[in-house]
Amino acid sequence: MKLNERSLAFYATCDTPADNEGFLYKKGGRHAAYHRRWFVLRGNMLFYFEDAASREPVGVIILEGCTVELVEAAEEFAFAVRFAGARARTYVLAAESQAAMEGWVKALSRASFDYLRLVVRELERQLEAVRSGGAAPPRRPRALPPKENGCAVWSAEPAAATAPAPAGATPGSQPGPEPPPLPPRRRASAPNGPLDSASFAQLHEWYGQEVRALRSQWLKSQAQPEGGGEA
Amino acid sequence: MRYNEKELQALSRQPAEMAAELVVKRRLVKLVVNFLFYFRTDEAEPVGALLLEHCRITQEEPSGFSISFLEDPERKYHFECCSEEQCQEWMGALRRASYEFMRRSLIFYRNELQKMTGKDPLEQFGISGEARFQLSGLKA
Repeated sequence: MKLNERSLAFYATCDTPADNEGFLYKKGGRHAAYHRRWFVLRGNMLFYFEDAASREPVGVIILEGCTVELVEAAEEFAFAVRFAGARARTYVLAAESQAAMEGWVKALSRASFDYLRLVVRELERQLEAVRSGGAAPPRRPRALPPKENGCAVWSAEPAAATAPAPAGATPGSQPGPEPPPLPPRRRASAPNGPLDSASFAQLHEWYGQEVRALRSQWLKSQAQPEGGGEA
Repeated sequence: MRYNEKELQALSRQPAEMAAELVVKRRLVKLVVNFLFYFRTDEAEPVGALLLEHCRITQEEPSGFSISFLEDPERKYHFECCSEEQCQEWMGALRRASYEFMRRSLIFYRNELQKMTGKDPLEQFGISGEARFQLSGLKA
């Protein structure tokens, strides 16, 4: 199969920081010998070089569909990158310390594009839920003054933030439940009130104000051409 | 450069983000994660694969586009589609297909959610400490 090797090599050696890098011993195929190589993880590709100064990788392991596990081996700190399927290759690697091994196992097991895509889609869902929760949608009774909306905003948000499963998508489309009973007006002016003894409604009210403030900040930042990123 | 060819071939058989027969040498083209595989029609194994990192997708004519790579901008891989609509669809999908694009999206969404909710949405995944997802990554 042809591969755009120059592009691969470019990706391997570009200036941005690698996702992980370091020396690992790589077991050379059927032969028992381990070769010490400089490994660079970037995205879902694990490149390996003769040494840290090389500009051209000796090879690359494409990490989609792999599992990473610890192995019993003559080498200390050994782990394996395993692929499914007949005649599939297993790469046995060994780190130079326990910490390095753990770092690599963690990094490699979450390196796939598939995994990243899952996380991104989940965050997209959450953002959508928070945005529709925060953007005073038609279902919310408009007649009520803003304080009530603060409570309603807060009740939509925790479900989105704490339910990573598809259920996280649905709170945004919940028909607005009755807002909790309003706390008496006096509590609204005491944000530093005794929260340890505060009622649930009081906490709702207090955090609702904070969320409203954040939301109006966000809406302002959205009004500018470069709404995203650090202010 | 050595690479795990069997796994790459296996990957080419995974569900595609998009697949179509695009003209000029009549190749079946299949987008899987950040790889664009191309096959001769009726062949099971791909002729080749393009890793889609640091590439530029350019519209070439009403219904065609080309892919070029940062390290060799003159070298273009041309594709001709059946319609302008198909062309736009593919261009959009290919631009979003890179790992680096995904990573930037994640950082952006994370930041937005953090601003709006005061909480780091990556905590639930146990990955909030990972260097590859820090905001500084956007500026790199």
